[in-house]
Amino acid sequence: MRQAKLLKNIRLGIKTLLLHKLRSFLTMMGVVFGVGSVVAMLAVGEGASKEALEEIRKLGSTNIIINSVKPIEDDSGSQRSPFSVVMFGLLYEDERRAQETFDAIERTVPVKIVRKEGRLGERKLDLRIMGTTADWFDLVRRRLIAGRSLTPRDGRKRAGVTVLTEYGARRLLATERTIGQSLRIGGEYYEVVGIVQSESGQEGSIQTPDKKVDAYIPVEVARERYGDFRTEISAGSLLREAVELHQLIVQVDAIENVETVANGLERMLEGYHKRNDYVISVPLALLRQAEATKRTFNIVLGSIAGISLLVGGIGIMNIMLASVTERTREIGIRRAIGAKRRQIIGQFLIETVVLSTAGGLIGVTIGLLIPWLITQLAGMPTVVTPYSIVLAVGISMTVGIVFGLYPARHAANLDPIEALRHE
Amino acid sequence: MISATNMLTSTAVSAESSRQVVAVLEAVTKVYQMGEAQVRALAGVTVAFERGGFYAIMGASGSGKSTMLNLLGCLDRPTSGRYLLEGQDVAVLDDNALSEFRLRHLGFIFQSFNLIPQLTVSENIELPLYYLDWDANESAARVEEMAARVGLADRLEHRPAELSGGEQQRVAIARALASDPSILLADEPTGNLDSATSKQIMALLSELNEQGKTVLMVTHEPDLAAYASRRLHMQDGLIDRIEETSA
Ligand SMILES: Nc1ncnc2c1ncn2[C@@H]1O[C@H](COP(=O)(O)OP(=O)(O)OP(=O)(O)O)[C@@H](O)[C@H]1O
Ligand SMILES: [Mg+2]
Repeated sequence: MRQAKLLKNIRLGIKTLLLHKLRSFLTMMGVVFGVGSVVAMLAVGEGASKEALEEIRKLGSTNIIINSVKPIEDDSGSQRSPFSVVMFGLLYEDERRAQETFDAIERTVPVKIVRKEGRLGERKLDLRIMGTTADWFDLVRRRLIAGRSLTPRDGRKRAGVTVLTEYGARRLLATERTIGQSLRIGGEYYEVVGIVQSESGQEGSIQTPDKKVDAYIPVEVARERYGDFRTEISAGSLLREAVELHQLIVQVDAIENVETVANGLERMLEGYHKRNDYVISVPLALLRQAEATKRTFNIVLGSIAGISLLVGGIGIMNIMLASVTERTREIGIRRAIGAKRRQIIGQFLIETVVLSTAGGLIGVTIGLLIPWLITQLAGMPTVVTPYSIVLAVGISMTVGIVFGLYPARHAANLDPIEALRHE
Repeated sequence: MISATNMLTSTAVSAESSRQVVAVLEAVTKVYQMGEAQVRALAGVTVAFERGGFYAIMGASGSGKSTMLNLLGCLDRPTSGRYLLEGQDVAVLDDNALSEFRLRHLGFIFQSFNLIPQLTVSENIELPLYYLDWDANESAARVEEMAARVGLADRLEHRPAELSGGEQQRVAIARALASDPSILLADEPTGNLDSATSKQIMALLSELNEQGKTVLMVTHEPDLAAYASRRLHMQDGLIDRIEETSA
């Protein structure tokens, strides 16, 4: 019964609003754009931050990643002779020291990178050799397609084994027997023991991004067979550099200890490295930072949304006040017949809520359309979360109530006699 | 709404006659504050209206006719004095209760018809029933009955603007009758109509009065006042004299 009455009132409200179609439509626009921009901006923001957060989470929140970097001063040094060797980066010692110094370190995973050509019969492929340990596969979690990944035994036994990526396997191996093939990499022989799916990381990612030309071998083997020196001819000059480890992934036992260990590592490395030839990245800190950025972004969005909805609300209020003035006589008639104040309030409030909710729904549609277009045309990821839609519709209804209340009360408080006399 | 203890037992009217009295004003004043100046629109009116009576309220412009009718119609409260409507002291009621009284006991007919222009004839007639929460079928039947009563059964879906003045006033009368009130209040109901149409409207009001409605009508024209059984002559906010015709 009450519901039927409410429905009837809503129908009457819509009917009244439809008497002035253009006016009602224009009044709605403020809310339409307010809500539309909120939903669209939230979708774009969510899409951008989700990608970033996922990238960081993939690195593991209990991990600390240390990368070797070439110190800048060595690059531009004029005193450098053509035959000198640039030595920089993480040392094998660093890994051992880290393990001995910090109880909170669960394990460390070294990465040593060497570029060599892989050959099998006629087939050739320039490979990036990743010298690492069995733990690497645990931390990075790549899907194994065939065979096995590296084991601690491979390292201990200095076994000449390698794990290829799917791409590398397809390019180098014969189709019949994939696992167990013998592969020549830079003049050394390896047995292919496994194939993993290669998941190519984003450019600029902290952890050494995967490449499809990666080949994994035990770090001990990489050190023994290829050494630390690298010679390269670049821009006509001979470049000789020596790097022991290119990356060290440190896994800490608990999230609470990540910061302490990271600070400790920083101090420890400072003590042993004269130059700034390493960079410590803490995914957890990055995660926190990304989350903080997202929060800030949301606050800014919220403010923009708030302002645009405020403007929309004021627009509604303005028109409703004009409508009340215009319909003063009608209000007087209704009151004389016996309408109570709250029934007059209800009548006008329903009109504003209908107006703002309709605006909200159109706004949501626009807010869904814009991110879709952005994704289609610009290829940017966008995520429309259900909560943003609920929020938007809720806010638009609230705007209707808040900004409709004053005009409605104004209407209800008109003196019936005065209202009847109104021209 | 009307409790036994509130029944009219004042010295002015005996308990016996209360059944015949529908509204009583006792020393009612209405003072409007106009900045510094005070306007005494009613200067202490005492009068009793009998149930089923047809009253014409006459007097010069500004003598307080409309002011009194508005008080009688519960659209306003007296500055002082008592107003007993159906035995209830209305002066002490709040806005909600006054609205309820208007809805159930009073029907208004205005000089300028006062139909709501965007509503159809049937929706206009239905208004009191809407506020009384009548069920849709019952109120549709009632609307048809009322429209037929004023001779407009075939105009239900028209807008007020599509009707003549006389027809509009008949719609207003149908609306006033819809909730079956005991009192009809009419402030110059024929003020905007020509004399032939005025006569039709007066005939309708007389008919309703014969069927038991108390009619209180403000008018300037002695011709129309002749339809009433009692004529109240007002002057300077007071009832000067009451003229009775036993027609
Ligand atoms: N809201 C008001 N504020 C101030 N003065 C008022 C108000 N309403 C009525 N008055 C004054 O009260 C007096 C009586 O007014 P009322 O409208 O009752 O006269 P009336 O007899 O109906 O006159 P008319 O025949 O012109 O309609 C007038 O002097 C009028 O100016
Ligand atoms: Mg008057």
